Amino acid sequence: MVAKKSELSYSLVLKIRFERGFNVRRGVVLFALILYLLAVIALIGSWANDRQKTVAALIKAWKAFDTILPQLLGVLVLIGVLLAYLDAPTIGRILGKDSGWWGVLVAAVVGSVTLIPGFVAFPTAAMLLKNGAGLTQIAAFISTLMMVGVATMPVEIKYFGKKVAVYRNLTAFVFSFVVAWVIGMVVR
Amino acid sequence: MKDLLKRFRFFLVMLMILIGVMLVDHPKEIKALGIMASSLKEMLLVIPPVFILLGLLDVWVPKETMVRHMGEGSGLKGVVLAVLLGSAAAGPLYGAFPVAGVFLKKGVSLSNILIFLGAWSTTKIPMFLFEWTSLGGRFALTRLVVDIPGIIIIAWLICKLVPEAEQARVYQKAEKL
Repeated sequence: MVAKKSELSYSLVLKIRFERGFNVRRGVVLFALILYLLAVIALIGSWANDRQKTVAALIKAWKAFDTILPQLLGVLVLIGVLLAYLDAPTIGRILGKDSGWWGVLVAAVVGSVTLIPGFVAFPTAAMLLKNGAGLTQIAAFISTLMMVGVATMPVEIKYFGKKVAVYRNLTAFVFSFVVAWVIGMVVR
Repeated sequence: MKDLLKRFRFFLVMLMILIGVMLVDHPKEIKALGIMASSLKEMLLVIPPVFILLGLLDVWVPKETMVRHMGEGSGLKGVVLAVLLGSAAAGPLYGAFPVAGVFLKKGVSLSNILIFLGAWSTTKIPMFLFEWTSLGGRFALTRLVVDIPGIIIIAWLICKLVPEAEQARVYQKAEKL
């Protein structure tokens, strides 16, 4: 019964997204297009001013990419395995079933380990709410989803070292409970 | 060869887990591969322009300029700039880390970089509009109002928690990236 409900909610998410004209792929592609446009304009401007500097910039870009490549590849596989087990219906089941602070804690943990683009996360959250998930839980889920990234920690550590990365994720995790609590109080 | 193994250690461990999943739970394996393919597509789409822009930023913007506007002692202006730069961005959080890496190199203060990361992760303007339409204005506004002081407090807290020697090491490491 519960499983059926969340499956239904998932199909509703898709339906609503199409009705409103929001499309995940379109969002990603549009964002990428803007980035490419900026990069091309910047490159042309740079090339016109100083060819040597432009070549140096491209070499630096490649080196920066090469440094982070192993971490990116690892994160890619990690996300694949994680999300294969934590798909939207599963998350819905977890959030819908539990209540109280235990549910909030579960929601925060699920948000920390998953990686869903906002284009998908917000409509999903809206549907979960309609299907009986608590507002406080949804707020905790959304907050950790955006601020805490367990799967992307290897990339973060590469740039910031273990201490800063761990502290950032930990404080953001704790802070998400504050956000959840305030939203639970203010939003009806 | 040994260096290569060390560099790709994390990736290799993940690959072994993936193979393990394949052995015990074949349907999930297929699903995992599908998710990996779509994530890879998204990464490949976004990565080239981001790194090209970063390379250009690295070459063209002098360190002194960045230090003056966002370094230690840049005060409120640095904080506001960090929030605005982070909020104007779009895309996943892992896209923010390379940007933060160049900021480290250019002498932006750690607290401003952390504020930038916080803003990127949670107060992005395009996402805010999307949140508003999905979950309602009250939800989105409340989160924004709590988040802005929150990310500033988090940045301040981390700077207090992490010893200065470790902070110096982070800056040294950034030089090599």
